[in-house]
Amino acid sequence: MDSVYVKRNKAGRINIKAGNKVNSVINTTVISLTLLTVIAFLLFDYTGLDIGRAVVETASNLKTMFLQPAFSHFTWREGLYQLGVTISLAVLATILGAIIAFFLALWSAVNLSNRWVSKAIKIFVAFIRAVPTVLWVLIFAIAAGLGSEAAILGMLFHSVAYLVKAFSEAFEEVDKGMLEALKSTGAGWWQTVTHAVIPSTSTYLLSWTFLRFEINFSVAVAMGAAAGAGGIGFELFMASGFYFDLREVGFITYAILLVAIVLEMMSTKLKQRYFPSAVK
Amino acid sequence: MNENTFKKRKLQTTVFFIAIIAVSFFSASMTDFNLIDGILTIPSAFIWMGENLIITADTLSKLPNIMEKLIETIFMSIAATTTAAILSFFLGVAGSKTTAVNGVLSAFARLIASFARNIPVVAWALILLLSFGQNSMTGFLALFVGTVGFLTRAFIESIDEAGISAFEALTATGATYFQIVAKAVIPQCLPQMISWILFMIETNIRSATLVGILTGTGIGYAFDLYYKMLDYQAVALVTLLIVVAVIMIELLSNHVRKVIL
Repeated sequence: MDSVYVKRNKAGRINIKAGNKVNSVINTTVISLTLLTVIAFLLFDYTGLDIGRAVVETASNLKTMFLQPAFSHFTWREGLYQLGVTISLAVLATILGAIIAFFLALWSAVNLSNRWVSKAIKIFVAFIRAVPTVLWVLIFAIAAGLGSEAAILGMLFHSVAYLVKAFSEAFEEVDKGMLEALKSTGAGWWQTVTHAVIPSTSTYLLSWTFLRFEINFSVAVAMGAAAGAGGIGFELFMASGFYFDLREVGFITYAILLVAIVLEMMSTKLKQRYFPSAVK
Repeated sequence: MNENTFKKRKLQTTVFFIAIIAVSFFSASMTDFNLIDGILTIPSAFIWMGENLIITADTLSKLPNIMEKLIETIFMSIAATTTAAILSFFLGVAGSKTTAVNGVLSAFARLIASFARNIPVVAWALILLLSFGQNSMTGFLALFVGTVGFLTRAFIESIDEAGISAFEALTATGATYFQIVAKAVIPQCLPQMISWILFMIETNIRSATLVGILTGTGIGYAFDLYYKMLDYQAVALVTLLIVVAVIMIELLSNHVRKVIL
């Protein structure tokens, strides 16, 4: 039997008053989101939009795309190669990101590090996360020139920020007793890490890294389209923006969809195996 | 555990690392990526940022214009998220094992969500751009589709997780399906759902920047414009404003989350 979760206040009593704080916060959030949405629709810029025509056109475009996919500006080999480039971008950003994030996470986990160092890293990481990936890629592109270096560095920044958060939470959950036991034998910090922290968290670390890889694949597609990083995303951008070749757009979309679904199935398996309780 | 177990484990780890290194080298050759060059770029990139991404008094004259674009983007992400949440709620109720009306409808809801989620937002933006043109609607719809995909999965998981007991209890009292959904499912799952909606608003502001670059709307357009005009002071201002907006929304939603969860 699974127990029913009951919300309690600080004193441990069940909250039964009609207008408690939780309800009022929920109501305020819902009402303000609704109001903001209404305002948003009034503020939108509708220049050149004929909604009826646009919907009909999109429907027929989608029909052409998904029912008659074909490719004309590249061959099978090239298409596969471009898909490989996108996956490779994601692989490199993920692996390098995981290595850097591993060390930063060690320093930012409160049980393994100094409180101030931990805080500093956490603030730094929050800042990196707040800047959209595409802006990082474009900013790096000025210094490194357009190409894989800028794309990978830009994606790397976000991957590091994401993984540091996930890794340091995993490290913070390491059993306190285990760390103390090792400390009492006279083990140094690094020995504690290699013999207690890594063995007990390695499956989590690998799962999180794979989850990030799934995200990085779609980011890599986006970077190809928006920042000229190459790969299948760039082909998609060319097919829709320059050749107006809907069948090719359809073909590319199917290719991306296929890879994304395979990755999602793999990560769902991983989640069920290693994080049965966490939803994220 | 004996000696052999350790040996076997060591072998597995070694094979795993060799595989990872091989994949990395293969990927690097696919993308022409040079690790040394890449690492060397980082300091020069930061020096460049320090020298060029400076906000001067001159740039501040562009502030009203940029603010207007930023507000457009924020509103676009909120509107896309809330409208998507309404659709996702119905899809979530139809798709969850607890509340599924029938298997076909449930599979259909899951299929739509998977389709919407796994085609990247950029692809939706480019597809919609062809017939909707350069206006807020294109970005809104692109974000909307992606959000429906993500939120439907999240809502299905929230409803599944809440368990079947309340649903069964109300069924026993003779309540109709809609009464059960309104009185058992919504009150139980609403905090979780709001938490996901807030998370999605944060994510969408970042995605909206990307979509804006492609569809020529909002803050993404402002960034792209100044970037192409090589006006790096303005680029710095735009980036800074995005960071401030994202962090403010994150703090606000963390506060709400702390109270309701």
